[in-house]
Amino acid sequence: MAGITGKDVVLTDYAKKLETLDAPKGRSLTQDALRRLFANKAALVSIFLLTGLVLIAFFGPYFLPWSYDAVDWSNIRKPPNFEAGHYFGTDQNGRDLLARAMQGTQMSIIVAVVATFVSVVIGVVYGAASGYFGGRVDAVMMRFVDIMYALPYILFVIILVVIFGRSPVLLFVGIGAIEWLTMARIVRGQTLSLKEREFVEAARAGGARPFTIIMRHIVPNLTGPVVIYATLTIPEIIITESFLSYLGLGVQEPQTSLGTLISNGSQVAEAMPWLLIFPAIILVTMLLCLTYLGDGLRDALDPKDR
Amino acid sequence: MTDPLLDIRDLKVHFRIGKNWPFGSGVKTLKAVDGIDLAIDMGEVVSLVGESGCGKSTVGRALTRLEDATDGEVRFKGKNVLDLDRNGFRPLRADIQMIFQDPFASLNPRLTIEQTLAEPLRIHGLAHSAREAREKIAKVLQQVGLDPSVMTRHPHAFSGGQRQRIGIARVMILSPKLVIADEPVSALDVSIQAQVLNLIRDLQRETGVAMLFISHDLGVVRHISDRIAVMYLGRIVETGPKSEIFANPTHPYTRLLLRSIPRPVPNAQRKRLGATGEPASATNPPPGCAFHPRCPLATEVCRTKTPPRIDLGQGHIAACHHTDQREAAPAA
Repeated sequence: MAGITGKDVVLTDYAKKLETLDAPKGRSLTQDALRRLFANKAALVSIFLLTGLVLIAFFGPYFLPWSYDAVDWSNIRKPPNFEAGHYFGTDQNGRDLLARAMQGTQMSIIVAVVATFVSVVIGVVYGAASGYFGGRVDAVMMRFVDIMYALPYILFVIILVVIFGRSPVLLFVGIGAIEWLTMARIVRGQTLSLKEREFVEAARAGGARPFTIIMRHIVPNLTGPVVIYATLTIPEIIITESFLSYLGLGVQEPQTSLGTLISNGSQVAEAMPWLLIFPAIILVTMLLCLTYLGDGLRDALDPKDR
Repeated sequence: MTDPLLDIRDLKVHFRIGKNWPFGSGVKTLKAVDGIDLAIDMGEVVSLVGESGCGKSTVGRALTRLEDATDGEVRFKGKNVLDLDRNGFRPLRADIQMIFQDPFASLNPRLTIEQTLAEPLRIHGLAHSAREAREKIAKVLQQVGLDPSVMTRHPHAFSGGQRQRIGIARVMILSPKLVIADEPVSALDVSIQAQVLNLIRDLQRETGVAMLFISHDLGVVRHISDRIAVMYLGRIVETGPKSEIFANPTHPYTRLLLRSIPRPVPNAQRKRLGATGEPASATNPPPGCAFHPRCPLATEVCRTKTPPRIDLGQGHIAACHHTDQREAAPAA
């Protein structure tokens, strides 16, 4: 068929090019986003610091003379002492704080990542479905969220622990299963405005099924708010975890977490400040890095807001 | 005479607004479309014109099933499509396509042009391999006047006019039988409007697709349509061939619309428009002829009786009590 522009030559050329070239080269959105992310200095520094923290937390313990539960009977309640190999000092039981801080960071990172992942998955799917279908479905789904909000989450954690026994993994899932409520609300709000956009209607007019529309047209456009909220959720989860550990429902001695270390350290901050300072520095660094990384990701992922 | 491609009979789309329970002040019914009849033949371009809120977009949305019709029949190739459920209607979506108004909202910012254009192909099983899809996409991009190499890029890299071309490509790639163009150029810059409009007209002539062209701008409509239907408050008040409507407008509302086309004459004396006031509310339409509160010809009968459809010959139909009293047709 003759093109109205009469540029059949161009078309033939292009068809020939297609013969030799399997996929035309173009910058994908991911490449584009990564390029923008790496151009952001604060985000880049955050990535390095976070990677460093994760590597040290997971591999550091293999290079230490002390394990996190080993007691050094000759060094109890001692400030940092390089000769004895206690770089961060020791706690009331003579355990090496550096080893414990590494183990605690490890634990906190795992809790945060697992719980955030659970909350993002449940929250996004639930919120997008609720917002997209709207009407009665939306009303029922959101009232359920409201009811869940109204019940104290401690109750859920206690019930979970009673049913399944005390296991850290269960705890992470439990926290995640509660944190998704806010995520679902945020996602629903965004979905309500997104589904009125014409590209969603165009997809409907094109015959796309609701599942395709939600997964392909709505969820990817939620990246901005979801990433921001997820980076805010991580610190919240770390704090929740420390609170649960304090109640005896979370991580149990001799294992530890950053939250537990800090809450223990704060009780003796005047006599043994190192027990508070070192874990606090690690936590603050992590949280700041996550915030900057979240900012950077949002800017990088959102082609509109540049 | 053969059956028209699309035959709309007494189509009604009513919305319930407000709520009774628990704290609402009562449900009202907004009659966005209140019984319209319209037929579109193969290869014909019918324009639906009217002011904001008269329900013209709702007609288009009801035809593509983006909105549920309350009552009436829409026969497409002789089959009532309003009877079909969602899954039954899906195959027909390839035949009835829609061009959207806002090119900045109608493309998913996260998908490349190729992904956007491949989606309808995939849904309707029109491409059996990635390469076939890509070739079709290259072809349709060429048709709408874009270079095929743009397919790897994202919508943010394009201007409004280019985006609208992509929106048109998304429609044309399915080779539809009927295209509903919902104000396709009104969101564009005036300098771009003509280009896109010419493209739509050329594509229409080339492919012979039937078209329902929804617009508030009679200047644009004159350029493209074969037949015109004028809508006021959910009803069609006048319909006829383009030349008839422009040369011989009968309904006072049509005359009002024609007189409000801006003319490129500086300092020209603006004639007083025959009608004043705001359009009546669709939740509470006036009795009789809905236009009577604004109509210069209104008499007692207009306030009480719904006007009959009067056939003026040559397919020219007007719903007015006073078709015999014509003001001088404006030199449009």
